Amino acid sequence: MLIQTRRDGFVHPHSSEITPFDVYRRRRDMLKLMAGGAAGAALAGWASREALAQAPRPGKLAPLAAAKSVVPGAVTMEKLTDYKDATSYNNFYEFGTDKTDPAQNAHTLKTSPWTVDVDGLVKKPLKLQLDDLLKLGAMEERIYRLRCVEGWSMVIPWVGYSLSKVIEKVEPLGNAKFVEFITLADPKTMPFVGSRVLDWPYAEGLRIDEAMHPLTLLAFGMYGEVLPNQNGAPVRLVVPWKYGFKSAKSLVRIRFTDREPKTAWNKAAANEYGFYSNVNPEVDHPRWSQATERRIGEDGLFAKRRKTLMFNGYEPQVGQLYAGMDLKKNF
Amino acid sequence: MKQAGRGWRGLAASMLLHPAAKPLLFVFALLPFAWLIWGAATNQLGANPAEHLERATGDWTLRFLCITLAVTPLRVVAGVPAFARLRRMLGLFTYFYVVLHLLCYSWFDMGFDVADIAKDIPKRPFILVGFSAFLLLTPLAATSFNRAVKALGARRWQALHKLVYVIAGLAILHFFWMRAGKHNFAEVAVYAAILAVLLGWRFAEFARRKRVAPAPVSAARDAPSASGRPPIRARG
Repeated sequence: MLIQTRRDGFVHPHSSEITPFDVYRRRRDMLKLMAGGAAGAALAGWASREALAQAPRPGKLAPLAAAKSVVPGAVTMEKLTDYKDATSYNNFYEFGTDKTDPAQNAHTLKTSPWTVDVDGLVKKPLKLQLDDLLKLGAMEERIYRLRCVEGWSMVIPWVGYSLSKVIEKVEPLGNAKFVEFITLADPKTMPFVGSRVLDWPYAEGLRIDEAMHPLTLLAFGMYGEVLPNQNGAPVRLVVPWKYGFKSAKSLVRIRFTDREPKTAWNKAAANEYGFYSNVNPEVDHPRWSQATERRIGEDGLFAKRRKTLMFNGYEPQVGQLYAGMDLKKNF
Repeated sequence: MKQAGRGWRGLAASMLLHPAAKPLLFVFALLPFAWLIWGAATNQLGANPAEHLERATGDWTLRFLCITLAVTPLRVVAGVPAFARLRRMLGLFTYFYVVLHLLCYSWFDMGFDVADIAKDIPKRPFILVGFSAFLLLTPLAATSFNRAVKALGARRWQALHKLVYVIAGLAILHFFWMRAGKHNFAEVAVYAAILAVLLGWRFAEFARRKRVAPAPVSAARDAPSASGRPPIRARG
């Protein structure tokens, strides 16, 4: 392999780093041995330790292969939430306001064909078929904490790539300061679209620097498979340091704007849900405390709730985005 | 027709007066509680059992409150006085479920941290309203046995137990506020409508009785009673 360097040729590998020719010549045999299982399962696991994602597949939907993410902070070591809990306890109001409703009702959602418009204040607007969107970036597995504004949390292995990959493609104009995410609102397949609970379509928004942050994920799958309908198939946003409702599901349009977009929950109750909605244990919801949370499936009925972390534990990665801001005012 | 009505009433009365009526009601009223215990023990309450228990005990409190408040209208409209036999037990089950509701909140949400609870209650209006409803219901439950009724005197006991109308209002407000953030008022509206009908009927009755007998003595009272004493306006 040619290692390019701008230096003048005096930097050479140590002789100890050079693979002996004999070993080099037998490298294919080694791989064959592993693939054939002769080297044992343990060795095969070692061989694939970097390449393959770790979440076990539940075997319910089409697989979506991904490599483990190398983005700092993107892979928490915490215990994963059971697939069953993550897919049966959802807030997806288009399919009903009860948390068991989406799993029961979302089978009507048609995820193919699916197009996503990326437009607004950009040099190169795009209209992407899902297949093209899937190819825009290399799939990574990211294991994120998910903190719902209601005071519960999960740990979910998502599959997707940084939203910044799409943003770079469309080349936002200088005056693009915010990104608006618009989701599907199809009364034919979504029984609760038209109810007065929220203003449809469900829309969310981020500041452009938040949207560009490598942790901001465009997700297509979870647990090594494509997204179940109730979790926002076929493509959704995941912003791990904000309350879950900021991570809009079933996206149909990503629009760049020069002013702060109106978001669904902010329109419904401005005093309860701010534009930023960063996870913050020090700023309570008007009707409940945000200081603690219950980890679904893990914290038993009688366990004390765990402490909620600033920015959901992603402060080292995202804290600087809000330097100098009054987070009580900009909740 | 009239005879058929009397037959129906007679049947209802004999069923209500049957010695098994109260034990049977007792068992039925405990079924939701039994189901919740069973569901929690066998992990059938969904992904968030704590939340399920909190909500279910709140729902059952509201349901028992509605059923309790339906007893008097049912007794008068159906003309079956025997319904009154069940009122006390229903009222006490309302209290039983509200105690469970408060227990769930204190335990699952607050980890029995008394200081945290004391801070939480005044801070959040919807908790404050719910807690006030519980506090107001406590003297009603405490004065439900015969000796307490006798000690207070029927009139004073009745005046005290009119607090239940305030409690019903607070309970609906608590539920309304809990759902307000999500604009999800369908269920709240159902309970509010039921309570409105039950309280509206009482107003109508009160107005009707006032028209029929405009004397101040009977007008000041909720239900006509055998005693001819003047109404007690205040405890002082």
